[in-house]
Amino acid sequence: METLESTKLEVIHPMEDVLRMDRIPHIWCPGCGIGLAVTAFSAALEKANIDLNKVSIVSGIGCTGRVAGYVKLDSFHTTHGRAVAFATGIKAANPDIKVVVFSGDGDLIAIGGNHFIHAARRNIDMLVICVNNFIYAMTGGQVAPTTPLKAYATTCPFGCVEPPFNIPYLADSSGAVYVARWTTLHIRRLCNSMTEALHKKGFSVIEVISPCAQYYSRINRLGDGLDMMKFYHDNSEIRHGEDTKNLDIGFQGKIIVGKFVDRERPTYMERYTERLAQIKGAKK
Amino acid sequence: MKAVVQGSHVLMGNHACVEGALAAGCRFLGGYPIAPALEIYERFLERAKEVDATFIQMEDEISALAAVLGASWTGKKSMTVTSGPGLSLMMEHLGLGVMLETPCVIVDIQRVGPSLGMPNRPSQGDMMQARWGSHGDYEIVALSPSSAQDMFDYTIKAFNFSERYRIPVALMADEYVAHVKEEIIIPPFEKIHIEPRRYYDGPHNGYLPFKRDKNYVPRMVDIGKGYRFHVTGLTHDDRGYPIMNEECQEYNVHPLVRKIRDYADSIVEVQESNTEDAEVVIVSYGGTTRAALKAMAQARKSGMKVGSLKLVTVWPFPEKRVVELAKKVKALIVPEMNFGQVVFEVERCSHGYANVIFVPHGEKGAEHTEDLLAVITQAMQENIVRDGIIEYT
Ligand SMILES: Cc1ncc(C[n+]2csc(CCOP(=O)(O)OP(=O)(O)O)c2C)c(N)n1
Ligand code: SF4
Ligand SMILES: [Mg+2]
Repeated sequence: METLESTKLEVIHPMEDVLRMDRIPHIWCPGCGIGLAVTAFSAALEKANIDLNKVSIVSGIGCTGRVAGYVKLDSFHTTHGRAVAFATGIKAANPDIKVVVFSGDGDLIAIGGNHFIHAARRNIDMLVICVNNFIYAMTGGQVAPTTPLKAYATTCPFGCVEPPFNIPYLADSSGAVYVARWTTLHIRRLCNSMTEALHKKGFSVIEVISPCAQYYSRINRLGDGLDMMKFYHDNSEIRHGEDTKNLDIGFQGKIIVGKFVDRERPTYMERYTERLAQIKGAKK
Repeated sequence: MKAVVQGSHVLMGNHACVEGALAAGCRFLGGYPIAPALEIYERFLERAKEVDATFIQMEDEISALAAVLGASWTGKKSMTVTSGPGLSLMMEHLGLGVMLETPCVIVDIQRVGPSLGMPNRPSQGDMMQARWGSHGDYEIVALSPSSAQDMFDYTIKAFNFSERYRIPVALMADEYVAHVKEEIIIPPFEKIHIEPRRYYDGPHNGYLPFKRDKNYVPRMVDIGKGYRFHVTGLTHDDRGYPIMNEECQEYNVHPLVRKIRDYADSIVEVQESNTEDAEVVIVSYGGTTRAALKAMAQARKSGMKVGSLKLVTVWPFPEKRVVELAKKVKALIVPEMNFGQVVFEVERCSHGYANVIFVPHGEKGAEHTEDLLAVITQAMQENIVRDGIIEYT
């Protein structure tokens, strides 16, 4: 299990190449986990040793949706829930571009849920990073499709009564080829996972469990960002290869992290171009 | 050029639209199937393999237009095709297309509404939606074809406008025009005017995605060329960075409107016949123009001085020409395959100088002239200008 000390070391990384320094200070609250996810991602971009001019990042709307605005790539801040659809267009029109979608749990799994499962089914070659803070943070703490049962949110003042989605299971059963989950405490492993997924061909999903110090932890009286990190430290367990069915997260329950899925399937564009070539060949 | 099949062909409107799109350089179609636009998908797919165009059927119309916007930023001319129920779902990304100043074409084959209405019957019920359907202030260009030839020609115009002004352009067709089979002439490639994308070609680190030229239109770059740019649907500055204040709202959004409104004179296109001596002018667009022209010819035969004003571009609206005509004539007759939309614009722009008579033309709109002739006869006799829109029932 990781220690808080080991995380610290990773944070010192020169990131001018990949971050828009002219946009700092960022909008995120003190104790927010999104910055840590971005730190891991920036490091992954450098570690992955890929041509960053050929990487494009697309975000939807939300606190996490702001990520595209801070990353120095061809970056798009689009509409709520539609980042995956927008990114699909980029990828289908120019398969040479590596596309990353970086957005929140509400954005990707509620309003964007349909785009998410269909892109997974088609196996569109993109990396989706979903910051799951169990809540709609940007709009002030409403219930999300990831809010654990019994947790409080402003729109479920008596505790959440809707069972949440298990994101890795949803991704896995929809056809994703790479599925991992980490918390913002596991920053080194998260970074490694992102680096690996940047090289993976096909629909890849990394869920990042992240503290929303402003709403989720306040409404649920869970302390500040650091308290949440301590909670992750004490309650997360690495289980690589775990069946995604077993990855439900209960309120303040155990968080199973790791890499769960890593498989090969032809991507949408591979099938598309192959079929087109066959047809053209047959015509001659 | 395989993309341009020069010569004379008998094509249905929807197929002519595909030929126009390919001739204009369209190489990406993202859509979701809906009648009466289906033949566009069929032909595009058939032709896609000859010209290396990409097609993707998305999970709905929201994602279809989102994908088209993404595709456009890779440098491919892109379009989507739909009908009323789908256009309703596209309003979100019509707005994003306006805000990100992303060239693309939305073909809307109008069918009867509201809601599911009648999938295979023509209508012109989406005209106001194309103009006002997405929230906030914006201007786009909308063209309305009346024949298979127009479907070819105006699709090319639509792509040209979208590139020149960096906007989504709506081709507002209707089921009649989409399915009518007619002879069309496709000119040789060299004779077709194609507007190229207006690219930025300065140094990489000096690119500002929303720095405007004198005509308010910013220059574009493609994804993947090393510019590392940022764009957002939030109110933004030249760098594409969000700024949340009133000054920036004005700085950002007024030009979105001005780049069309201030240049309306060079965008607006109408086709007139017999307006020089006309006492009554029929103002029409799309499928209804067919009935308007027939009714005009019949009325002329019986000695009535009738003219026709066909709106090639419905948006921006030809305000100046309508008021000029209103000053000269007794009445402007507006047949529409709806219960009154563009007639409100005619009424607004005629400033009370002429009677404005609305003819709800229903689905027989495209060819039926009886009601139009009756209105013409009545309008010729009317010598006072009445207040507001006169509804012919
Ligand atoms: C169409 C639309 N509906 C609603 C909103 C308001 N809205 C903005 S962000 C958001 C939720 C964001 O939640 P999540 O994706 O989890 O991101 P977080 O802020 O938690 O990072 C909502 C509902 C919007 N911007 N657009
Ligand atoms: S509201 Fe929550 S998720 Fe948003 S920036 Fe603040 S701490 Fe982060
Ligand atoms: Mg959230």
